[in-house]
Amino acid sequence: MSTQELIPATDFCVSHNIDITFIQSLHDYGLIEVTTIEQSSFVHIEQLPQLEQFIRLHYELDINLAGIDAISNLLQRIEQMQNEIKMLKNRLRDEM
Amino acid sequence: MEFIDYYRILGLDKTASADDIKKAYRKLARKYHPDLNPNDKEANKKFQQINEANEVLSDPEKRKKYDQYGKDWQHAEQFEQAKQQQQHYQHSQSGGREEFFTGDFGNGDFSDFFESLFGGARGGGGTHRSQAKFRGEDYQAELQIPLSAAAKTHQQTFTINGKNIRITIPAGIENDQKIKLKGHGGPGINGGPTGDLYITFNVVNDTPFKRKGDDLHITIDLDLYTAVLGGEVTIDTLDGKVKLHIKPLTQNNSTIRLKGKGFPVYKHEGQHGDLYITWQVKLPTDLSEKEKELFTELAALSKSHHS
Repeated sequence: MSTQELIPATDFCVSHNIDITFIQSLHDYGLIEVTTIEQSSFVHIEQLPQLEQFIRLHYELDINLAGIDAISNLLQRIEQMQNEIKMLKNRLRDEM
Repeated sequence: MEFIDYYRILGLDKTASADDIKKAYRKLARKYHPDLNPNDKEANKKFQQINEANEVLSDPEKRKKYDQYGKDWQHAEQFEQAKQQQQHYQHSQSGGREEFFTGDFGNGDFSDFFESLFGGARGGGGTHRSQAKFRGEDYQAELQIPLSAAAKTHQQTFTINGKNIRITIPAGIENDQKIKLKGHGGPGINGGPTGDLYITFNVVNDTPFKRKGDDLHITIDLDLYTAVLGGEVTIDTLDGKVKLHIKPLTQNNSTIRLKGKGFPVYKHEGQHGDLYITWQVKLPTDLSEKEKELFTELAALSKSHHS
């Protein structure tokens, strides 16, 4: 993985005004990946949208990590189902 | 512009404490927050209202102003002036967008009512979703294309927020399919990466074919004589005309499959679905005396043949 795809976790946390322990906890829950290079933690650029979503869930909606974990699984299922519905609707739409 | 009852939106009365407001907001936000309602425009709209109500009622100054003016809303001259300014503001915001292109680019999330009461700039401390804190905001847009165009890989240029973007739309794109244009969203904050632009394609059928995944279906009329005796028929497919041999005694509603004459498979160059043709045998609606005579003869023949 190229270093361009990694963001220093501290930069990210300063910008969001959150504690780095939150990132670590998300990592411990297996919700995001954190890469450590020379004792510095980095988050992956492609995971930023998800990471920022977790931050919103926690800091705006007061949802704890277990809740975020459960929600994350449910959202994946919703996405799968929405794709399935989309496909079925497309199959049906010319019939109506 | 209508008066908005922010208390009613949060299910509160005017005596609500700051804590009541916070609790009511959190409860409703957990129900309607866009992160918990993916691709749900209604929930998104509802969340914007809740967010706006919270923005006003959780800020003591804004709440005071709202309570004061809200009472005499109909008569408040200031609002009328502000409304005119607002219209001017909106007008200057709406230019420069392609006609076919609609989307949420982070503008106008708050109501006209809010903007006229508190101005265009939002107060700090809000929990507004579109405010980027590191990574730039993702933009959502819709693009309408005809099915005939979706059948070919083609390029399209459009303008978004004053920037020209040229995209290649691969053949076989499905209705409601979303593609991501990396780095074409809002700017990042504090060195954060730019957001992405998501385009949802609205594929409108401008062909006589019905699309089912990668397959196309069509019903074609066949005259009685060709159906009975067989013959040749030329039909239109997406990539030109095709001459088909009709077998004698082709039955009404029978279907044939033309392999590889369907819709292109998305991102599988050269691969196509199939085209299904259903024959609809048309009976004559008007017979001459001679024809009627011959049909009668045929009917008698058929009776003796099958008895």
